Amino acid sequence: MDAATRGHVPDPTRETAWRVHVRARIGTLDLDVDLAGDEAPVAVVGPNGSGKTSLLRIVAGALPALAGKIVVNDVVLYDSESAVDLPIEQRRIGYVPQGFGLFPHLPVVENVLFGLSNQAPPPSRDERIRHAMAMLAALGCTALADRMPGQLSGGEQQRVALARALVIEPRLLLLDEPLAALDATSRRSVRAVLAERLGQLRRPSIVVTHDVRDVEALGAGVYVLEGGRVAQRGSVAELRANPASDFVAEFVRA
Amino acid sequence: MSAPRSRIGPSNPVAVLLGFTLVLLLSLPLAALALSASPDDLRTGVASPLFAPALALSLRTTFVSLVVTVLTGTPLAWWLATSSSRTARAVEVVVDLPIVIPPAVIGVALLQTFGRRGLLGPPLDALGVGVPFTERAVLLAQVVVSAPFFVQAAANAFRKVDLDILIVARTLGASPTRAFFRIAIPIARPGLVVGASLAWARALGEFGATLLFAGNLPGRTQTMPLAILSALESDVRVAIVFSLVLAALGTILLIGLRLAPSVWATFAGRGAPAATPLGRGR
Repeated sequence: MDAATRGHVPDPTRETAWRVHVRARIGTLDLDVDLAGDEAPVAVVGPNGSGKTSLLRIVAGALPALAGKIVVNDVVLYDSESAVDLPIEQRRIGYVPQGFGLFPHLPVVENVLFGLSNQAPPPSRDERIRHAMAMLAALGCTALADRMPGQLSGGEQQRVALARALVIEPRLLLLDEPLAALDATSRRSVRAVLAERLGQLRRPSIVVTHDVRDVEALGAGVYVLEGGRVAQRGSVAELRANPASDFVAEFVRA
Repeated sequence: MSAPRSRIGPSNPVAVLLGFTLVLLLSLPLAALALSASPDDLRTGVASPLFAPALALSLRTTFVSLVVTVLTGTPLAWWLATSSSRTARAVEVVVDLPIVIPPAVIGVALLQTFGRRGLLGPPLDALGVGVPFTERAVLLAQVVVSAPFFVQAAANAFRKVDLDILIVARTLGASPTRAFFRIAIPIARPGLVVGASLAWARALGEFGATLLFAGNLPGRTQTMPLAILSALESDVRVAIVFSLVLAALGTILLIGLRLAPSVWATFAGRGAPAATPLGRGR
C-alpha cells in the first residue's frame, strides 16, 4: 500500500470489492448507511449508540435489515429488491465480537476447528485439527492449542478469535472493537500484530474502533457513523483537515 | 482480588448468634433422625413389605418425570430466556405458580382436571384412560410441582449465554439447532444440571398433591414419602428408616452438585472430548 492510497475510502457508487448499503431500525435508532471498500480494512467509528455494532450484526445476518443490498466480491448476501437474505451460516462472514466471543467450554484448538466441523461434508477430524493448528501457527498461537479460553490473556484471546474467524476463509472480516478489551500495554503490541496480519491477508474487513491510533496503524479508511448515518468518510488526514462534526474533530485529535 | 466481606459488612455477635440458631434448627432434626435408628431398626425397616415397592415406585416415577420435565422444559426455558415478548413474561408467571401454590391445592386442581368429573374427565373416560389414583397421577403430580424448578434454573442458565457467542457459532457455519446443542447447551450445562437436580429432589419429596390426586395405595401409588405416612401408623422405626433413605438420597445429590464443578473442570480440561448435547461422550 503506497502513501497516496493509504486510508483511502472508495466511493460506494464505484465498482468495489464489497458494498454494504442498508436501512434498518434498531430500537429507536434509524440506521441508513452506504459503505464500500476494497481489500484494505475500513474503519467504522462513531459515538456510543451510533449503530456501529448493529451494523456489523446486520452484515453478519444476525439482525434484520429493512431494505438495501450487501454484496461481497459479487456474492449477494442480502438484497431487498430480489428478496435475497442469506442466513448467517451461509454468509461466510468472519465475526470477531467485542470480548472475542470464544466458546468458554472448548479448548482453543476446538474453538478454531468449530467452523470446519460445520462444513458439508465435514473434513476428517485429523484434517480439521491439522488445519486449525496451521491457522494457530500462522498467528503464533501453537502453544495455546490445548488451553481453555479462560486461561488466556486478552491479546491471546484476540489472536485465537481471529484464527477461528479466518479458518472458514471468510468473504469479509468484521472486527468489533478488537483492542478495547486489552490493557494499555498489550494494546500497542496487539495493534501492531493485528495491522500486520490484516495487511498480509488482503481480505476485506470492517473494523469498529474508537481509537484513531487503530485506524492509523491499520492504514484504514474511515466511515464516521453518527445517529445511524454516515456523517463523514475519508482518510484520517482528510478528516483531520476538514472535520465535519465535533465528534470527528475530537476523534482525530486523540 | 476482592476484599473479604467479613471485614466490610457487619459481624455483630448477636447476629452471629441468630444465624447459628438457625443452623442448629436446620441440622438438629437431621442429626436426631440419623441417631435414632439402630442397625437392627435398619434391617427391620428395609424388610418391611412397604419398602421395596415404594422405593421402586419413587425411583421409577421420579426418573420418568425428570425425563418429561427436561424434554419439555428445555425448549420452554430457551424461549423464555430469548423472547422479550409480553407473552413470554406472562408464561413465566404461569410456570412459577406451582412453586407458590400449596401442593394440596395442586392435588385438588389436578383432580378437577383429570378426575372423572373433571375438565378432561369425559374425553379420558371415552378413551378408557383413568388417571386419578394410578401411577400416571403420581407422575403428573410430580411433573407439575417439580418442572417449575427446572424451567426457572434453565432459563437463567440460558440467559447467561452471551448472544455474541451464538452469533459467532452461526457465522462459523452452524445451523440454529447445531449452535444450540453444541454451544448453548454445554455453556448452560451447570445451570441445567442444578435445575434438573432440584426438580428431581422436589419430585422425590412430593407428598401433598400425590396424596390427594393419586392416593396412597401400596404397590400402586404409594411413593416413599407416602410410605412414611403409612409406616408411622404402625411402626415408627420403619418410618425412621424410610426417612433416612430419602434424606440420604438428598444428601448424596447435594454433595454431588457441590463436587460437580471440580469434576467438570477435570473432565473439560486437556484432551477431553468435545461436549455433546445432553451428556458426555462422542
